[in-house]
Amino acid sequence: MTILDLPEAHSVHAPQHPSAAADDAELTEKTVFGFWLYLMSDVVLFATLFAVFAVVGRSYAGGPTGQELFDLPYVLVETAVLLASSVAFGFVTLAAQDDRRQATLLWMAVTFAIGAVFIVMEVYEFHHLIEEGAGPSRSAFLSAYFTLVGTHGLHVASGLLWMIVTGFQLARDGLTATVHRRLGLLGLFWHFLDVIWIVVFTEVYLIGVL
Amino acid sequence: MNLIFGKLTLEQIPYNEPIIMGAVGGAALLVLAVVAVITWYGRWHWLWSEYLTSVDHKKIGIMYILLGLVMLLRGFADAIMMRIQQAMALSPNPGYLPPHHYDQIFSAHGVIMIFFVAMPLVVGLMNIAVPLQIGARDVAFPFLNSLSFWLTFSGAILVNASLIFGEFAKTGWAAYPPLSELSFSPDVGVDYYIWSLQISGIGTLLTGVNFLTTILRMRAPGMKMMRMPIFTWTAFCTNVLIVAAFPILTVTLALLGLDRYAGMHFFTNDGGGEQMMYVNLFWAWGHPEVYILVLPAFGVFSEVVATFSGKPLFGYKSMVWATIAITFFSFVVWLHHFFTMGAGANVNAFFGIATMIIAVPTGVKMFNWLFTMFRGRVRFSVPMLWTIGFMITFTIGGMTGVLLAMPGADFVLHNSLFLVAHFHNTIIGGVVFGMFAGLNYWFPKATGIRLSEPLGRASFWCWLVGFYVAFMPLYVLGFMGMTRRLNHYDNPDWQPWLVLAGFGVAIIALGILFSILQIAWSIWKRDELRDLSGDPWDGRTLEWATSSPPPIYNFAETPRVTEIDAWANMKADGGGMFVRSTPYYDIHLPKNTAAGLLIGLFSIGLGFGLVWHIWWMVGLSALAMLAALLHRLFQDEIAFIIPAAEVKDMEMQRLEGAGRS
Repeated sequence: MTILDLPEAHSVHAPQHPSAAADDAELTEKTVFGFWLYLMSDVVLFATLFAVFAVVGRSYAGGPTGQELFDLPYVLVETAVLLASSVAFGFVTLAAQDDRRQATLLWMAVTFAIGAVFIVMEVYEFHHLIEEGAGPSRSAFLSAYFTLVGTHGLHVASGLLWMIVTGFQLARDGLTATVHRRLGLLGLFWHFLDVIWIVVFTEVYLIGVL
Repeated sequence: MNLIFGKLTLEQIPYNEPIIMGAVGGAALLVLAVVAVITWYGRWHWLWSEYLTSVDHKKIGIMYILLGLVMLLRGFADAIMMRIQQAMALSPNPGYLPPHHYDQIFSAHGVIMIFFVAMPLVVGLMNIAVPLQIGARDVAFPFLNSLSFWLTFSGAILVNASLIFGEFAKTGWAAYPPLSELSFSPDVGVDYYIWSLQISGIGTLLTGVNFLTTILRMRAPGMKMMRMPIFTWTAFCTNVLIVAAFPILTVTLALLGLDRYAGMHFFTNDGGGEQMMYVNLFWAWGHPEVYILVLPAFGVFSEVVATFSGKPLFGYKSMVWATIAITFFSFVVWLHHFFTMGAGANVNAFFGIATMIIAVPTGVKMFNWLFTMFRGRVRFSVPMLWTIGFMITFTIGGMTGVLLAMPGADFVLHNSLFLVAHFHNTIIGGVVFGMFAGLNYWFPKATGIRLSEPLGRASFWCWLVGFYVAFMPLYVLGFMGMTRRLNHYDNPDWQPWLVLAGFGVAIIALGILFSILQIAWSIWKRDELRDLSGDPWDGRTLEWATSSPPPIYNFAETPRVTEIDAWANMKADGGGMFVRSTPYYDIHLPKNTAAGLLIGLFSIGLGFGLVWHIWWMVGLSALAMLAALLHRLFQDEIAFIIPAAEVKDMEMQRLEGAGRS
């Protein structure tokens, strides 16, 4: 093998390269891309649950049906609440883009509050169903219903937890590159859950009461 | 007591079963011996900072491979026990393994070999080779990579914990309901199965996201997709499959878990459950999984065959498109695992034909490898032996696969030893041979030490001969009507073939022994076998452009790529990477972190608590995992800098070393 000597021109005291800012930009780009891939895997996860619901969604085992159980106006309000929280998060993004820390925090609090209302409404709905004897172990239909809607709910709840953590970080450190990046990912996650919910609303509730 | 220990009682520890206790004792002695050696040589600090907390893809790759090899011993011990049992157990002899133990052994064998041997070896090789092949500094998310490994490790520990605490699943490795439901498997075996696969499966999913991002976003300048080394291409397709298929497994196991823990009715006999939904979901993941394992093996063979024939790979583009075609078709064949479900002639015909179509791109690959060797100067080094052994063996396995793809034939051969012979034919002949080829090929790159050739050859021949002696009889037995998973039987015509198969496994055992000897001997003789050139095989791709083992930053200067086989071209142009045109600069690298290790270890507690319904342990472990994660998220200084002067020193040293060789 040929070993060529190093040219002499190189300097040991080269300027710092890559710079910290370039590092951050590269990291953000990679992380956002990776997070999209994660979201796609989450799509597969929900797709599987939707498929399961499609298979056993009418296996009532002599128990109550969707038509008997679902209260569409209530779910419509739930849907509106979730969509409103997504709009609120849009304002978080706008405020963060303008580097307005207080406004960002304020809108995060608003998003959190609306998101929490959604969770409370869902827990109430679940509680109500179980009270009526329509719990997840009643029939395959109800198992699939609770699991699908519950998985979405768990995602929303972890989004809320994430909001607390990032909110704390924002309050402590300000709008650093890291906080910007995490807010961006959280936004993707939060809007993604809306899309999933729209499909839940359609497949489970609307078609369920037909 | 229930509050503290959940379902765990002293009676759950099988201290009256000498075989299990012997295995536990042996494993405990082995662990103690390792601990003693590390303590004796005072290497704890080294182990902690160089490996356990490392986020370097090369170190993580080595740990994955070690895990895979150790678990291979465990899975192989199960195989030997099964072969001895079946060789003995002609009526009236019941053999030495009672059914409840035998059933655990074949279930554990399958689970361990797929999830904790094949997967770690595949992911390990990807870790070692992919970032180097694309000229990257590390994977996209080094901390996630460490976390992935430790979650996989934790799953393996849980499977082994089932040896002493309670028992493993008695359901076969696919754990079909209703057998795996609470009403028929009230013990904890299936729970071990569920949680060990859930925890390691999350690790695998993170690996998929990580490597896709790495391959799509971090290639060296000039390396277009159609210039990537074939192993990187196969790794790419494998990770696409992981991201698209593993969530299905996650959901399937979660639903089985909900049936067992929350009394739900997804797959139960009552309440409107649907068992075949489990089987469909399982194989919607399971068939892509087959290709998750074998595609990287194909990639290894492609690298090896080109390198050792001294030629560029024949038909690079057709190889890439064949890989992509297999990736697609792997998602539309799952039903061939249960033609007997009775989905109807048209459905079965669709899946049968789709299955046979996969043979076409695979055949394209075979011919590409053959034509690469044609008129090449083939060097019969150990990796090349494994490759040729694979080409013959895998072709036979592929043909029996096409045979099974015919629904009519499958109705006869379904659930027989013919099937068992077929999938061992492809998994051993394809994946295992591929992993050994890759291990021999990249060992010098990962460690700086070449593996001994004579011992490697001995290992190869024992494996090859042993494989044929062990598994060809199973094809015959399948035709004779012997079904799989039999604990004992009363047909005397079967016994000679089962004894023969037992001898085959003994020969494979020699192959494994020689492999261990090969690694141990090579490390012992490391000064003679040192690879100072960084390029011991006259390689063609970028991993050979840096030293062996590579410096922590892989490449001081990012390589520029103009063609396929970048390193072969640089050498042909004279000098390649060693000609420097730019000044050295500081290199930023991620710091070590214990967060991945800690989250992994706490997840053992989480899984164990869930298996035994020890809820305080579940809660505490989950909180501890969250705390470790948050700690990591709030760390500010996660990178360190290697100053340009130090980079220069390291580079000069390696060039001097290479000059001496």
